[in-house]
Amino acid sequence: MASKIKIIVAKPGLDGHDRGAKLLARIFAEAGMEVVYTGLRQTPEMIVNAALQEDADVVGLSSLSGVHNYFFPRVVQLMREKGLKDVLIVGGGIIPQEDYEPLKKAGVQGVFGPGTPTTEIVKFIQDNVRAKK
Amino acid sequence: MFDEKALQKIKAGKDKWEQGTVAKTLAKSPESKKEFTTISGAPVERLYTPADVAGIDYEKHIGFPGEFPFTRGVQPTMYRGRYWTMRQYAGFGSAKDTNARYRYLLQQGQTGLSVAFHLPTQAGYDSDHPLSMGEVGKVGVAIDSIEDLKVLFNGIPLDKVTTSMTINAAATVLLGMYLAIAEEQGVPYDKVGGTVQNDVLKEIICRGQYIYPPKPTMRLTVDLIEFAQKFVPRWNSISISGYHIRESGSTAAQEIAFTLADGIAYAQACVDRGIPVDAFAGRLSFFFNAFTNVLEEVAKFRAARRCWAKIMKERFGAKDPRSMMLRYHVQTGGVTLTAQQPLNNIVRVGLQTYATALGGAQSLHTNSYDEALCLPTQQAVTVALRTQQIVAEESGATDTVDPLAGCYYVEAMTDKIEAEVHEYIKKIDAIGGTLAAIEQGYIQKEIQNSSYRFQKEIEGNERVYVGINKYTMEEPPPEGLLKVDMSVGEVEAAKLKKLRATRDQAKWKAALDKLKKVSQTDENVMPTVIEAVKAKATVGEICDVWREVFGEYRPKEFV
Repeated sequence: MASKIKIIVAKPGLDGHDRGAKLLARIFAEAGMEVVYTGLRQTPEMIVNAALQEDADVVGLSSLSGVHNYFFPRVVQLMREKGLKDVLIVGGGIIPQEDYEPLKKAGVQGVFGPGTPTTEIVKFIQDNVRAKK
Repeated sequence: MFDEKALQKIKAGKDKWEQGTVAKTLAKSPESKKEFTTISGAPVERLYTPADVAGIDYEKHIGFPGEFPFTRGVQPTMYRGRYWTMRQYAGFGSAKDTNARYRYLLQQGQTGLSVAFHLPTQAGYDSDHPLSMGEVGKVGVAIDSIEDLKVLFNGIPLDKVTTSMTINAAATVLLGMYLAIAEEQGVPYDKVGGTVQNDVLKEIICRGQYIYPPKPTMRLTVDLIEFAQKFVPRWNSISISGYHIRESGSTAAQEIAFTLADGIAYAQACVDRGIPVDAFAGRLSFFFNAFTNVLEEVAKFRAARRCWAKIMKERFGAKDPRSMMLRYHVQTGGVTLTAQQPLNNIVRVGLQTYATALGGAQSLHTNSYDEALCLPTQQAVTVALRTQQIVAEESGATDTVDPLAGCYYVEAMTDKIEAEVHEYIKKIDAIGGTLAAIEQGYIQKEIQNSSYRFQKEIEGNERVYVGINKYTMEEPPPEGLLKVDMSVGEVEAAKLKKLRATRDQAKWKAALDKLKKVSQTDENVMPTVIEAVKAKATVGEICDVWREVFGEYRPKEFV
């Protein structure tokens, strides 16, 4: 049996909008992934520690308070500093299209705005996650 | 509402119609769906007739506006007297930026203010706290001290304008600052009018801006209610909120059920404090959502009024009719807006505004069409405000009270929602009350299941969402979005540094020490909070005192 994709779903910053994060946690689990939901008020350090401890394949960040440009790149940078170079990082929330490219350049490989079908997010993760050891 | 003979005739007529006229039509052209449901998933029949409202006793269940059970509205003349308060929730950047937006809105005919605080203020952190990084001035205005709040209300007379403040766990602090500023303007407490949200339970259920564990945070809530009841009689000391419950995915009936369950918990806490029900209940206010399904929303609002009136009368033994009135603010549904084809949102908000007017709200915030993308631009805010003005002045919805009463469908749905609400409240009582139901995750899980069902319906194309799963199109990325300058964070941090260096240290320290002592007793904290804010203690410093005394809340996650 192929081992499951392990994903951390995290809410960076003080944003309390967790409908999307919780919904996706359920959808990811249904798609056969192993999901760890961090809850609210996560600093980049907390998120990266969770990824380290859980040996996660994917980190999914959710932000609806307009802080994605601040938090998402910091998580990527910290992941790299900790040697987590092949962990797939994706993010979503209230993110205007003009921010997609800069975020992707910063290392957030998948960026998903409002109205994205969850199937598209699941497929992106399955297609882009690192090969399992 | 109809005599037995007439009803029998109508029922027989409907049977005949279904077997004859309808059957013939269906044979030629079937209906587009097997089952019709509201956006909440509630089944909708092909046709409603007097038979569907046969159980209604007009006097007992519907009655007259301004009278129990208030199904038709809390005021006798409703909008024939005056329109609802048009109150746009606004705040971004610094106090100075937001003050300019407030003055603009008042100039454009807005009739009340509504303060959006940035997340650090809501979570009880100062702008220079490590957890505030990146958040300063983002989704609301940065308020750290009384000095900031003074700038926010600069040139705005606090005896003429009422202000609603979306602040919960830290509500006592912001009300304290507001009262201190009013005092400086020469406005006595009993001339000050407004609302604080002060609804900490829904923060734990779904909004996430909690600070303290349920019991001590409820104590602060009740301290504020008790203080306002004694000294600030025109203040709505809580705004019990279903808005965010609906935003996080609930159905219309769940929105009312869980909000009223929270209301029961607050009312019980006040009674347990020894405040007579008729002394505080008239100042409890509510806050609901408005989605695009106009008729379901109207039924929801009517059901909510009737449910609350009965709860206050029967469960709490209220005698004063004011205690039984469900007065509420509405915000149109943020989650109904699409980032795709954003101008379509103007139509959604228009329908939601119409539903709000037909439903009998006391005040309204209309969302701006660009809010699935960013904070609203001035142009989008203006359209949102004009939407309210068009519905109020042009649509005719305001000419008569509760215009949809007697509509078979709306009355039947009002009854159905009421029944569902009572079922939920019974279940929550059986669990051991609202706090127990939250601690066990019951309420959260019910909401999440509804949110999941809705998403599946959209993705399975069982429900149409224009621009999302039907009538989609390629479009260029939107331009001219509002951006908050990242430098606000540095400016606020510098201001704090200066404040901390220049305030009267002895006075400041004495005030915080006193606050700590009072907080360790059962004494009401409000007077001491007012002293502390006058001594220029910051939001973060005051909240830290309570973090030390009460501890911090860490929720269990129910996914």
